[in-house]
Order: sequence, then structure tokens, then C-alpha cells
Amino acid sequence: MTALLRVEGISKSFRGLKAVSNGSFELSRGTINALIGPNGAGKTTIFNMIAGVFAPDSGALFFKDRPIHGLRPDEICSAGIGRTFQIVKPFAGLTVLENVMVGAFLREKTAAGSRATSLRIIEKLRLKAEQPASTLTLPDRKRLEVARALATRPELLLLDEVMAGLRPTETDEMVEVFRELNRSEGTTILLIEHVMRAVMALAGHVGVLHHGEVIARGTPQEIVRDPKVLECYLGEETEV
Amino acid sequence: MTRTAALLLALLASLAALPAFAGPYGLSVAILILYFAYAGQAWNVMMGFAGQLSLGHALYVGVAGYVAGGLFFHYEVPPIVGLPAAVIACTLFGLVIGFLAFRFRISGVYFALLTIAFAEFTRIGFDHLAWTGGPGGMFLKVAQRNTWDLANFRGPPAMYYYAILAMCSLAFVACFFLLRSKAGFYWQAIRENEDAAQALGINVFRWKMAAVAASSAMTSFAGVFFAFYYNNLFPEQIFNISRSIEIILAPVIGGVGTLFGPILGAVVLTGLSEGITESLAALGWEIPGVKQVFYGLVLLGVVMFLPNGIWPFLSRKFKL
Repeated sequence: MTALLRVEGISKSFRGLKAVSNGSFELSRGTINALIGPNGAGKTTIFNMIAGVFAPDSGALFFKDRPIHGLRPDEICSAGIGRTFQIVKPFAGLTVLENVMVGAFLREKTAAGSRATSLRIIEKLRLKAEQPASTLTLPDRKRLEVARALATRPELLLLDEVMAGLRPTETDEMVEVFRELNRSEGTTILLIEHVMRAVMALAGHVGVLHHGEVIARGTPQEIVRDPKVLECYLGEETEV
Repeated sequence: MTRTAALLLALLASLAALPAFAGPYGLSVAILILYFAYAGQAWNVMMGFAGQLSLGHALYVGVAGYVAGGLFFHYEVPPIVGLPAAVIACTLFGLVIGFLAFRFRISGVYFALLTIAFAEFTRIGFDHLAWTGGPGGMFLKVAQRNTWDLANFRGPPAMYYYAILAMCSLAFVACFFLLRSKAGFYWQAIRENEDAAQALGINVFRWKMAAVAASSAMTSFAGVFFAFYYNNLFPEQIFNISRSIEIILAPVIGGVGTLFGPILGAVVLTGLSEGITESLAALGWEIPGVKQVFYGLVLLGVVMFLPNGIWPFLSRKFKL
């Protein structure tokens, strides 16, 4: 089976500071993957390179075997990669329905078609269609981010800390939404996450980033036992 | 929605009947109100819908007026031909400004400054062109005021009134459908958050260019109307920044980004200020500058108490 997304040795520096160095991994179609790592490990940088916010300094990105490095965010989205923002960016002046319709117009020509698609997604995420986006609570804003990204009908969904700030029950609800989505539509998911509860429950494959490098890969169970991972999260063991 | 539609039809019917009742002065005020409602609606497409602040819309009024007026003045080309030429010229101007700004990621107040700059150097340029008559102005022949000659856009005041009424109505309908189309959704998304819009597959550059093109093309109709209604064009006046400000006052007071805002704002500003001037004159008080004071007070009131404009407040209050 060929990979849906192939990341080949990408690196990115900001003013000489290496944020990501020689990062490589593959995402198989239909899988749920997580990228974890301590703050500043380069997760968001990798995420942004996939989403087209900036191009890698070196290395290559392939989506369905087509090179996508250097494309603009809108071109990436058109290619079939949807994303959410860690710091939510709702269109505050519009309603929930209108927010989601903006996304749906990517694949729908008519307003009626876009409306129908959007209403389905809104129902799935248990939002209220006519509510102004400016009055949403944080969990609902996070759901709106997801709804909008889903409306573009992505084959790969990038989730940037979508569980952060949610209560455990809300996290479980969100996990269920992604499971269901993955099961029914076959959407491949890559989540960047701090909330281990969500990662353990959701992801089949986990990659661990540290200082811009992928230091471990495996199932969640393997990862939590990996000494290198424990070291970077908890610090090195020292003899006292 | 049906109540709003009924209100609109009633409004349109009474406006259509207006020339039968209004005297020449009343008609000229009505024309002025509709002119500002129309120009405001055109500006609103760019700022209200797509969030791109133009403070130089007098540019499009002026260029369109000079293109159609100049073709008529020099070569007797009727405005029915001059109008498409004016639309093309204005759209090109708009696209050049848009390209420079959006290509080099100039936005917000810097974009506004760019629009002012373009209006200003066009004013200076036109002041030095022989073809425009320079600072001495261009005067269109005023002929035949009794019969309707639409091709040459010559006729009695009622003809101008119906023309601008038709323009306003069409612009309203066009904007109504634009807002509900993909373009409207994309523009509003760009207005609200460009990064999020781009992440949803919107080519931000292209859609901003489309907004500028639509707005400048719409404004050019106002320019042609202006030229043939007033019959005189001076670069110093038509491109003046105060003219650009005048255009944006109605939508700002009425409600930026709303369909009714520009119309309501024009009625309040022009209607009431003319009304006050007239009533004071009838009482025997000729106070110069009273109109400007009124503008200032209305602006102050709206900014302080209705920062989103009058229309959003009314529509909430009366559930329109």
C-alpha cells in the first residue's frame, strides 16, 4: 500500500535555529496518527510545512505521490488536506452554518449544496447552525474548526492541538467524533497533541519529536515504554 | 424575510411615484440621496463584504466620468458606448491597485493609503492633461431637457431620477445575490480572517482582486451618472479626497457590510441635512456650514451609540 502522505527528510530553520531537522515519516491511508513531543520540539513547524504555511528549507513532501512542498495553503487544501488551527480562528461575524459553508464551497458549486453538506457536518459535531460564531464557548469553537475543515472534504485531516483546553468528557466526545469519521469516511488523521488521554485513545501510530528530530515511532503502548521518550518527557535518570 | 420583501416593494413603489409629488428641489435631493446610496453600495462590496478599506473611491467616479464625458465631449460618442469604456477603464485601475497591494501583501491602513495615493496622482495627472481640459474643467453640452434621450443620457430631471433609482435597485439586488453566492461567502471569510480563509482553500489574492474589480466596475456607473447629471468635471473636485469620504459616510452610518446600510445612511445624512438646511432657510436663518455640523453630530452619535451602524440596530429591534 502506498502512503497517503510521505514526508522525506524535511528541515526548517528560523534565523539559524533548527526547528525541524531531517524529519521523515509516512502516513498510510485510513490511519489515525499522532505526533507528540515536548514544547518546542517542532511539531507545529512540521504541521505548518504540511499545511503550506511555509516551505521546508530542504526535503520533500508528497501527497498521493504528488509533490506538495512549496504550495500555498489554499492549494494544499484543494489537494485534499484539511487543517484546524491551534488558536481557533472562527469567522466571528458569521453564524456557525455560514462558517462551515465557506469550507463546503470548495467542493460544492451551489449555495444549496454547500448548505446541505454543512448542515450534515454541523449535526455530526452537535453544533447549532444559526448560532453566531462569536458567542461560541471554547469547546464549540474547537468543534467549529473541525467542522469547517471537514466541509472541504479532506482525505487527510490535520488537527493542531484540537483537544487542548477541553474537559476530559469533552475530549472523549471529540475522540468519538474522529473515530466515527475515520470509520465511516476513511479519513486519514494526523493529530498534534499534548493531551495523552486523547492520543492513547485515538491514535494507531505515534511519532515522537524531540529537538526537531523524530526519536521514536510505534503504537501508543510501545511509545509510553520507550526509554528515549520517557527521557525527553521526564528528564534523564540520574544516580543520587 | 417576507415582511422585509413587502416593505421593500412598498418603498420601491413610493419611490417610483415620487416625481409626481416632489418639486424640482425635492427631486434633486432625492437624486442626491440615491446617488450616495448607489456609490455607497459599490464601496460596500469592497470594504463591507471583503474587508478591503478604500479611501479613494472618488478615483473610479472621476475616471468613469472623464472617460464617458470626454468621449462625448470630444467625439460625440454617446454615453451608452462611453459607459462600457468607463467600466473597463475603472476595472483596470482597480485591478492595478489591487495587484500592487495584494501581491506585495499591503493591507489595512496601508492599503487605504495606497487607494488615496492613486486618487491623488490621478487628480494631479488629470489637472495637466489637455484632453480633460485641465484645471479649467470639462463642460458637457446641456441640451434638450424635455424629452427622454437615454442613449445620450439627456433629459428632464425625472429621467435622471429614474436612472439612479434603477441603478440603486439593481445594485441592491446584485449585492443581495452576491452575498448569498460563493463570492459573498469567500469575501466575508477573507474579511473575518485571511489565514483561516486560505486554509479552507480560498485563493485570497484572486478573490480580493475580484472584490476590487466588482466594486470599481460598480462605482464607474456612478461616475458616468455624475458626469451627465452635473455636466461639468473638474479634477480638483471630482478626485478630491473629501469626495471619497463622502462616498463612505452613508454605508458607515447605515452599517458597513449590510445591504440596507448604504441606503439608510444616505437617507439619514443627505435627507436630514438638506431638510435641516431648508427648514432653517425657511425660518430665515441662513447658516453656512450647518450641513457639516450635522454630519459631524450624526457621525459622533453613530460612533458612540451604534458602532455597527443604524441598520444592524434597526434590524435587531424590529426583527427585519
